[in-house]
Amino acid sequence: MDRRTLLKAGTGLAGAGLATAGLSGPALSQGAAARTLRFVPQANLANFDPIWGTQYVVRNAAAMVWDTLYGVDSNLVPQRQMVESEEASADGLTWTFKLRPGLKFHDGTPVLSKDVVASLNRWSVRDPMGQMIRAIQNDLTAVDDATFRWSLKQPYPKMLLALAKANSPCSFIMPERIARTDPFQQITEYVGSGPYRFVRNEWVPGAKAVFEKFADYVPRAEPASWLAGGKRAMIDRVEWVVMPDGATAAAALQNGEVDWWEYPISDLMPLLKRNRNIQSDIGDPFGNIGALRMNHLFPPFNDVRARRAVLMAIDQADVMRAVAGEDEALWKRLPSYFTPGSPIYTEEGGDLLKGPRNLDAAKRLLAESGYKGEPVVMLVAQDQPITKAQGDVTAAQLRAIGMNVDYVATDWGTVGSRRASKSPPANGGWNIFFSWHAGADCINPAAYTAIRANGDGAWFGWPNSPETEAKRDAWFAATGLEEEKKALSELNKAAMDHVIYAPTGFFSANTAWRRNVSGIVKAPLPIFWGVTKS
Amino acid sequence: MFAYALRRVVATIPVMAVVALFVFSLLYISPGDPAAVIAGDQATPQDVERIRASLGLDRPYLIRFGDWVWSIMRGDLGTSIFTNLPVSTMIAQRIEPTLSLMVITLILALSIAIPMGVIAAWKQGTWIDRSVMGFAVLGFSVPVFVVGYVLAYVFALELDWLPVQGYTPFARGVWPWFQNLILPAIALGGVYIALIARITRATMLEVLQQDYIRTARAKGVGQRGILFLHALKNAAVPIVTVVGIGVALLIGGAVVTESVFAIPGLGRLTVDAILRRDYPVIQGVILLFSFVYVLVNLLIDLLYTLFDPRIRY
Repeated sequence: MDRRTLLKAGTGLAGAGLATAGLSGPALSQGAAARTLRFVPQANLANFDPIWGTQYVVRNAAAMVWDTLYGVDSNLVPQRQMVESEEASADGLTWTFKLRPGLKFHDGTPVLSKDVVASLNRWSVRDPMGQMIRAIQNDLTAVDDATFRWSLKQPYPKMLLALAKANSPCSFIMPERIARTDPFQQITEYVGSGPYRFVRNEWVPGAKAVFEKFADYVPRAEPASWLAGGKRAMIDRVEWVVMPDGATAAAALQNGEVDWWEYPISDLMPLLKRNRNIQSDIGDPFGNIGALRMNHLFPPFNDVRARRAVLMAIDQADVMRAVAGEDEALWKRLPSYFTPGSPIYTEEGGDLLKGPRNLDAAKRLLAESGYKGEPVVMLVAQDQPITKAQGDVTAAQLRAIGMNVDYVATDWGTVGSRRASKSPPANGGWNIFFSWHAGADCINPAAYTAIRANGDGAWFGWPNSPETEAKRDAWFAATGLEEEKKALSELNKAAMDHVIYAPTGFFSANTAWRRNVSGIVKAPLPIFWGVTKS
Repeated sequence: MFAYALRRVVATIPVMAVVALFVFSLLYISPGDPAAVIAGDQATPQDVERIRASLGLDRPYLIRFGDWVWSIMRGDLGTSIFTNLPVSTMIAQRIEPTLSLMVITLILALSIAIPMGVIAAWKQGTWIDRSVMGFAVLGFSVPVFVVGYVLAYVFALELDWLPVQGYTPFARGVWPWFQNLILPAIALGGVYIALIARITRATMLEVLQQDYIRTARAKGVGQRGILFLHALKNAAVPIVTVVGIGVALLIGGAVVTESVFAIPGLGRLTVDAILRRDYPVIQGVILLFSFVYVLVNLLIDLLYTLFDPRIRY
């Protein structure tokens, strides 16, 4: 082939391509556009197994696709969802549940108690509350197609909360054949039981996930309230559009290319608030708790006085301004480990975090702990704005009390790996890393892994405080609100005395949507049922 | 030439083997743990350990490398740790947007940069030349994401002419496909235009001093004929070389451009995979990019014979 022939062939190919391209696909009609909601989630839906991967974004998508036996309402009270009735024996050792009729999976098969048993078995391996039940369980059996029974060795007063909670992993109900998958292996089929169906063939991980209304879903008669009540899908199709760049998401929302942005970054909120086509509000009423996590295994933080010096040095207001901005409606100081605003909230024992900072006293306490200026390895993930802001500010605050902070700027993936290391900080370990906990997880100890103080079994940092653990057990054994309040106060005090970790403040985030969308509610996760678009 | 092309294609095998070894080893020694990302922030260390074991990440380096190489030899790039989808499927889902972006950018860049470079050489020392070179400096200096934001603000938000973000597949029509790519291609093309315009100008200046150009002028050939038929053709070899080298720039720029314009292409796939430590995807995509780069360079070598018949392989 000579060069002229090659050039001609190239031109011909391009022409043929353009001719074919003229056969375009159909465009969306206006009516179809109104029945489609385009939503920008907080993160990429990289996998879709809510038991295997417990990231919140997976939980949020899973709540559309899989239903639960119970669901918490906006008062945090567990309400029946797939269950029609339950009966606890007088000694609290046997729970018998009956499913409501008409429940169907997305493949058209009925939801049976054998599916529930398999789902609960898989969930209980991974979930902290599930593990507690599993540890005291005699058996979990299907009595008939609609009835199942959970028999225990000792009472578990928080049974309904465990089945209703919105914290990840939720006890989603899947078909038995799927739920039999090893909880540490990913499922490969996504047959749900909820109001929306996952459209697998349109899923492009990292870019797009599509959910379509499941016509055969039978909602409850009660009004919807968070994960409880009638989950009525009003939108035919929900498209999750993943946008890694906040400025792009803001522009797309302003331009009407997307309808709802779950977590607008605070810097862009003034811009969005100026747009009359956009509405915004605090999304999750429970917000988040910032956390400075210390390694209790190595000096200086193996001494409680050094940990207390950190509490005394941290100025939460400065940290929160860096995290959430100047809008004081979005953050507050938090002299507690628990979420403010809940009925059992307590600040018992949080005195070190209250009032003006006393850096001299913090310096003295740090010196008393035996600290002599050794490097304190602080891991700060730069790709997470929340951890970066916490790290930047607290590094300065800790240097102000004479701590020799070795600021290790890295990414979240590295922090996730290195924080699991129990090596000495100088040999690849660490002294401090930052995280944040969803406020919904910190209302009480039920799903609050970070409050555990059981040494090797505890969350990273491995605090060991039998007293804190005992107080935590007391909350689980509490049966009424007053008992729960008392137990939580004692737990907070014990945890603060031991300084399980250092809370850096409480902060919320906005959610923003186009004005032609209505029905968006404040909740710990984005709720799609009841949402309409004109 | 066919024998030469075949030899070069065969020669890509050891190159790819070295790339494979390098990529795998680099990922092995780099910090980070996909199991920790999968388990979520509330997971216990025991959960993370179990997930790591289930993914086979606790196995020795040589066994993991051997498994991977064996899979590749069978044409299997592996399965994503996170999505549980075959890497080849994920690449197939993402290749069209990236390819479209690169092709449009290439066409845009060549159709702007070459005339710019030629005219700048022709008008050397004038305000036109200085403007072109000023633009080239600007193209090199302003980051892709800044150009992207400015373009999106002006043409999407203010004028409402084009969409801010996203990608429409080619199969849904030429215009919907094209309108999503205009702004990203301009943003991505800036550096490329600057590079090609500069090299075109420099090469053209050299060629325009040659004796045969003087002869052509003496024979009465017009300015356009001299520039585009005689000079440009002889300046093509260095230009084509730079175009080939610039493909690496395009690949790098696509990562940023795809993030700014929310285009679901291979660039974003790469970044997402790196942040999550999705090793099979990172390995697969880097192998693909390396292969494309090697192939483009082969193509450039073959194109030399097209522009300069004296070159024989």
